[in-house]
Amino acid sequence: MKKTLLALAISAASISAASAQDLTISITNLTHGSHFTPLLVSAHPADSHLFEVGMAASANLQAMAEGGDTSGLITDLNAISADVSDNPAGGLMMPGQTVTFDLMTAMDNSNLSVVAMVLPTNDGFVGLDSMAIPTMAGTYTYYLNAYDAGTEVNDEIINGGGAPGAAGIPADPLGSGGTGATGVTENESNDKIHVHRGVVGDSDASGGFSDLASRVHRWLNPVAKLVIEVK
Amino acid sequence: MNQSFKSLLGGVLSLTLVACSNDDDDEMMMEPESQAYRIKITNLTHFQPLSPPAAVLHDDSSHWWMIGSAASEALEKMAEGGDASDLLALLPDNTRHAASDVLLPGMSHEFTIETDDMDENRLSLVGMLVNTNDAFSGINGLELGGLQSGQTEVVYTHAYDAGTEMNSEAAGTIPGPADGGEGFNAARDDVTSVVTMHPGVVSADDGLTTSTLSAGEKFDNPTLRIEITAL
Repeated sequence: MKKTLLALAISAASISAASAQDLTISITNLTHGSHFTPLLVSAHPADSHLFEVGMAASANLQAMAEGGDTSGLITDLNAISADVSDNPAGGLMMPGQTVTFDLMTAMDNSNLSVVAMVLPTNDGFVGLDSMAIPTMAGTYTYYLNAYDAGTEVNDEIINGGGAPGAAGIPADPLGSGGTGATGVTENESNDKIHVHRGVVGDSDASGGFSDLASRVHRWLNPVAKLVIEVK
Repeated sequence: MNQSFKSLLGGVLSLTLVACSNDDDDEMMMEPESQAYRIKITNLTHFQPLSPPAAVLHDDSSHWWMIGSAASEALEKMAEGGDASDLLALLPDNTRHAASDVLLPGMSHEFTIETDDMDENRLSLVGMLVNTNDAFSGINGLELGGLQSGQTEVVYTHAYDAGTEMNSEAAGTIPGPADGGEGFNAARDDVTSVVTMHPGVVSADDGLTTSTLSAGEKFDNPTLRIEITAL
């Protein structure tokens, strides 16, 4: 099934990959207790990537994954004449929230990427890495997973730390987390981008090893739904 | 991915039809008088019995739930207590199937559903994961119109959270055999009050000492396998 899909996608893409396209995109935060920081959605050439699993994160991806700052990635995208939708939801996306927006893609910007930090995490993000945009008119649905940038220890301590390299989690927008945690771990043994193992959390609001709430902040993949309408 | 595959397939099929339309021996398209589907549901979880599943055929004007919208009371009754009768009552004239028994993990339930209303070209199907506070799984208005006679489509479903009851996992709050507690309660106390995907259960074995659940009730996506064959 997947091979067929890939083959169809490739053959469809090869028909007119270089054409400009008029897209309507919907993205839904499927999680029950996590917010997304401002989304960055971009159409760009097929050989460009905001991130690749198994590779180390760029400094600009790290800034997005640890603190939700997409400005460096946007600078990167502008340098390659990508089409960029910066923060289409106008801020944080709540659990269950959907944002719908148009994206006009220029010739050669044949592939789509999506990133946003999953909050509260240390360096978790929802991602789509350079997927060929379908060229036949139609509506296409995809599900996105959560990744770990591999740049920060998943200590699960909420301390405002959102700058690249600063330990800890910037904030818990839902307000369900705790304080005073000792930290889940001091190690991050995989420093490459990988599928996020999920958060642990605990039920101790004023201590324990995690400031996250195990009944609220965990998730199961997928964490986002992406619908692309090709006109 | 299933839907995207279907959309691509739809594109290919329509191209094929166009290519064939010049044949001299075109057959007259007969408007079918009825359409039957053979549906097989398999519970993929370890120990989350599914409440008696309910299925309905309908047009594109109705939804049993929408991600990001508050659950109806009918959905809440099904998701908290496993009783889908109010959901079925929302579509009193539609073709439906209501299973009489709980679908145990590892087991399958197979039935045939037949309609003579060609506008009833979408399938919705639900059941509660009974060893949870308000988790359910199923499919939500899946388009069946593209399925030709003899063709089979397989869908793997996610677990959803109705957003109507906190996932406390507390003794007395879960109707399934793991607890034998309360089912539907009209009070709403969830941290996120709209339908989302479910974060999974934590369980006492995974650190939530107040949980009435054990590791055996943990689950991951997908939760159900649904095979649909157009007859």
